[in-house]
Amino acid sequence: MRGNAESHQLIAPGNLAAVLHLLAAEPGVWTPIAGCTEIMVAHAAGRLTAPKLVSLWGIDDLRFIEAGDGSVAIGAGTTFVDLRRHPLIAEELPLLAKASTWIGSIANQSRATLGGNLVNGSPAADSSPALLAYDAEIETISVHGRRRIPYYEFHTGYKRNALAPDELLYAVHLPRRFTQHRQYLRKVGTRRAMAISKVALAATALLEHGAIREIRLGAASLAPYPARLFKTEGALLGQRITPETISSAREAILAEAQPIDDIRSTAEYRRRVAANLIEEFLIEANRQEPRT
Amino acid sequence: MSSTATTRIVGASVPRKEGVDKLVGRAVYVDDVVREGMWHGATVRSTIPRGIIRSIAFDPRIDWSEFTVVTAADVPGKNHIQLIVADQPCLADGRVNHCDEPILLLAHPDRHKLLEAVDAVKIEYDPLPAVLSIEESEKQDPIILGEDNIIKSFLLEKGDVDSAWTTAARIVEGEYRTGAQEHLYIENNGIIAEWSADNGLTVWGSLQCPYYVHKTLKSVFDLPDEKVRVIQTETGGAFGGKEDYPSTLASHAGLLAMKSGHVVKMIYDRMEDLAATTKRHPSRIRHRTALDKNGKLLAMDVDLATDGGAYSTLSTTVLSRATLHSCGPYVCPNIRVTSRAWATNTVPYGAFRGFGAPQAIFAIERHLDEIAAAIDIDPIELRRRNFLHRGDQNATEQVMREPVILDQLLDRALAESDYYAKRERYARENSTSAVKRGIGIAAFYHGSGFTGSGELYLNSLAGVDVTPDNKVRVLVSNTEFGQGTNTILTQIAAEALGLEFSDVAMAPADTAYIPNSGPTVASRTSMVVGRLIERASLQLLAMLREHAGLGEHGSREEFFAACERYRAAQGKVESLCRYEAPPGIYWDDKTYHGEAYGAYAWAIYVAQVAVDTVTYSAEVEDFWAVQEVGRVLHPILAKGQIEGGVAQGIGYALYEKVVLQNGHMANNQMTNYIMPTAEDVPPIHVIFEEIPFRYGGYGAKGIGELPHDGPAPAIVNAIRDAIGVGFNAIPLLPEDLFTQLEAHKHVEEPVLP
Amino acid sequence: MSTQWPIIRMTVNGESCTVQTPPFKRLLDVLREDLHLTGAKEGCGEGECGSCSVRMNGELVNSCLVPVLQAEGAAIQTVEGLACNSALHPLQQAFLECGGAQCGICTPGMLMAAAQLIERNPHPSMAEIREGLAGNLCRCTGFMRIFESVVAAATQAPESSMEHVSDAR
Repeated sequence: MRGNAESHQLIAPGNLAAVLHLLAAEPGVWTPIAGCTEIMVAHAAGRLTAPKLVSLWGIDDLRFIEAGDGSVAIGAGTTFVDLRRHPLIAEELPLLAKASTWIGSIANQSRATLGGNLVNGSPAADSSPALLAYDAEIETISVHGRRRIPYYEFHTGYKRNALAPDELLYAVHLPRRFTQHRQYLRKVGTRRAMAISKVALAATALLEHGAIREIRLGAASLAPYPARLFKTEGALLGQRITPETISSAREAILAEAQPIDDIRSTAEYRRRVAANLIEEFLIEANRQEPRT
Repeated sequence: MSSTATTRIVGASVPRKEGVDKLVGRAVYVDDVVREGMWHGATVRSTIPRGIIRSIAFDPRIDWSEFTVVTAADVPGKNHIQLIVADQPCLADGRVNHCDEPILLLAHPDRHKLLEAVDAVKIEYDPLPAVLSIEESEKQDPIILGEDNIIKSFLLEKGDVDSAWTTAARIVEGEYRTGAQEHLYIENNGIIAEWSADNGLTVWGSLQCPYYVHKTLKSVFDLPDEKVRVIQTETGGAFGGKEDYPSTLASHAGLLAMKSGHVVKMIYDRMEDLAATTKRHPSRIRHRTALDKNGKLLAMDVDLATDGGAYSTLSTTVLSRATLHSCGPYVCPNIRVTSRAWATNTVPYGAFRGFGAPQAIFAIERHLDEIAAAIDIDPIELRRRNFLHRGDQNATEQVMREPVILDQLLDRALAESDYYAKRERYARENSTSAVKRGIGIAAFYHGSGFTGSGELYLNSLAGVDVTPDNKVRVLVSNTEFGQGTNTILTQIAAEALGLEFSDVAMAPADTAYIPNSGPTVASRTSMVVGRLIERASLQLLAMLREHAGLGEHGSREEFFAACERYRAAQGKVESLCRYEAPPGIYWDDKTYHGEAYGAYAWAIYVAQVAVDTVTYSAEVEDFWAVQEVGRVLHPILAKGQIEGGVAQGIGYALYEKVVLQNGHMANNQMTNYIMPTAEDVPPIHVIFEEIPFRYGGYGAKGIGELPHDGPAPAIVNAIRDAIGVGFNAIPLLPEDLFTQLEAHKHVEEPVLP
Repeated sequence: MSTQWPIIRMTVNGESCTVQTPPFKRLLDVLREDLHLTGAKEGCGEGECGSCSVRMNGELVNSCLVPVLQAEGAAIQTVEGLACNSALHPLQQAFLECGGAQCGICTPGMLMAAAQLIERNPHPSMAEIREGLAGNLCRCTGFMRIFESVVAAATQAPESSMEHVSDAR
């Protein structure tokens, strides 16, 4: 334990409006924290420098799962245990339900929040590939109001995002139109549980008369932040799934992926496994009947 | 003989002696102890692998008057940790020989203040070229230890190896490597020390060997026996990792306590424990083997090298055990094992469950499968043709005088695992599946107790006493750290004395009260110390019969009444016994010939694996561990030992990698040093065949280390069966599988179903 | 200095208590240092090993990752609160009989994870047991005796304990 609790100020205003006013009054001064499964790790390692912390934990306005006609809204403070237990997520957004089981272990899932996972912005974030494949939209909030941006524009660099200093991530919106899509999600980690992704790939694709009419690919650990693989999508759009299509998809992802060597894996391994995953997805998609 | 008699308590799965305390959160581990006015200690460590300390500066922003600062100059006695050779400084003095070497100690009442202070000690070095691998050390330039960088070497010879090559039908060579492995006990190292001018030094801590710590503290503090007291607190796992390191940490805490005048607690956090404490020795083992046309071994030439790290610590004895296990449980007339432990500028490698044997057994058991492939013979059949049997001689020409039932263990393992049917099925199914399955085995033995004359040198003393409140106590320095020492030894005493399990307790693990019955290592506790407790208990009964009128079949009440009479007459009721070697034991330390071990445990392990060709990852799907360990004293504890060892062995084979950067462990966090979780460990089927060993406690042989020996070769052999590629190095991570598989894979067109 | 720290109220093992402490102090440290409940252990300090696991408002958490301010008003259960009137909890009894504890350092956290599991899912499958305990690293047992302990405890679970479970998976 290398951090000193006394070096950090922590307050819990208890409601969303108070937090937003605090952020507006002193933009950039306060670091919002929620389930703390990341910030406390940095604290233990003596790497937490932020002196002023404001807690979002327990703010009910941020913890909701609401089904609308065309989309599902998930509050940023929703935990992964909440997501796992919600029947609608399991039913309509199975990739997100599955990704929720990947967040550390039960003890992490009961604390870690969807918003925290995204704002932390790890390249290996477990929920991101599924959200990218589901074409998620991010809703932010500040005293000045709310705005929405596509999730694929949220991450802007390694551990950087599109939030202004006075903004919070408020909710994630997921369209309810994927039940006819082929869906795929696989994480390749260091072990079966408690693992950090070496590479992860999520995919949704709509096939029409055997051709790919719509496709979204979301990846972790292939870039400095979780990212859509637009170029690989481009190589597949409109194509029938043939051995040639699979080969060109492999080539496209090998070219598009920009993984790194680190103490967990190698760039070359990550790149090749990504190609294997997309091949696996396409073979499965070709075989799979759409969910009903 | 007691070992064959029907028993009441031995052989029964009685509840773990300290079990309830552990289950309700009442067991007291060192970090749970708080003393009035206690200070905290921290360590300033080297940041380079080798160099001269040019200067030590203290940042003036810190008020150093609040701190106690200790350097090598504060050591009142010898500045060395007392192991086999006293070459490791307690605190670096003028030069450093590895990263994370302790240089300076700090104490302060507020542990948070220590964090900043450690960073505020600025040390400058004149770096020297460092040696960071076996290969670099072999170049002997630079020389970093002794005259040749060799910590220890052994030459074991039997027959005439060189004459065998010309007559051999086949010669098969191979090189095998094993990596460092971290114990990853869940409780980090920790010690509390108290100094007083009158009583000397007392330490409490998480440790395996109270008398090892005692020996070092006497030397570091220049104190007589009675002025050093070592008390073990409940210990949260050890696996060899708390065999030698606590001597260093206890010295540090003691130095701070002496200088500060306060009780000082030093608890490592995980990052420090991983970076600074011992690991399993990495190894490189080369085999050259001659066979006749029937697949019988003619000659084995083994070149064995270990990386010992910067100081000798326990490398000598680890190398010894590796040497003695390097030829496996096979008959071979001509053997030469040349072994060397090389010094490198890394944290000294130390004891870890198996103590050199897992490295040696990985190499020989992988090599056997490569031989089988080279001469096109079933790997099972190859082993069967060469197994040791009763009456045969092993590498040290020790005659196997006890029963050897390797064939029987093998038959059982093959049947339980459905080995041949699976091999056939996988061979059929693998070609059409992205997941390739395979099954592999390892056959091995593990010597119980200290090597050669080791047990005689230890000269262990152990026994029992009876307190005035009618409690029988087991008097040993052997400690509980999860394996079941408390339970096994109290079972043995209760059994031999004709008492109930609840009548017997362990004496406190405190050198003020307990005799030196040797360290808790080397799979010796049940066999060697258990035997001493059995003998001491029987001796106590004899004393009470002779001097206190206890009848031949006295009841429990009569026993304690006799104890009271004996105490009234003699002052105390105590019975101690010293180790006696089994008859006919001969060992020559110079030629490495004779009875290397008093007894061997034997095993056949079978691993079933699945290799995913999409992710290049191998997983163990099922595991069978069949062994003969003498009498099983406690079935549940015994199973727990095997299962835990197998799980560690799986980690050793497939998950656990120590990433060193410039001699510093770069992945020193649990999130980056990957041990198998509850989701990764396969079902483990444990089967015992029991042949009581007449010189072990109630027939027991060693069990604790055995299960770490077999998993890695069985798993990698199974991977060979699955994909036809033999891997010769562990840990075998997906990245390694990828590199090798892709190296000779032609580009395949995707096949659509 | 300490007077400036906020007063934080919690219910710990059924008893209400207050601590005055830095708000960012870890719940683990508050339990161990302020409340002298040393059952929860620190094995890694980063939420990997689970030996600090406790239950907070009925959910399993790593107490090393909870700033105590976030436990304000919460009901905390630690291993010390598992046994009832000195009778071992069925899980504790099963761990004792099946050899689920060896060195004991992971045991308090393992018991809390197991309690969380079988309270929500009284008859878990082996896969569910493995997942429920995956955040609690045990280096001694290889997990087999622990799985057996949980199965044994779940088998003995009285039907009444199932009434608490609103949405068992």
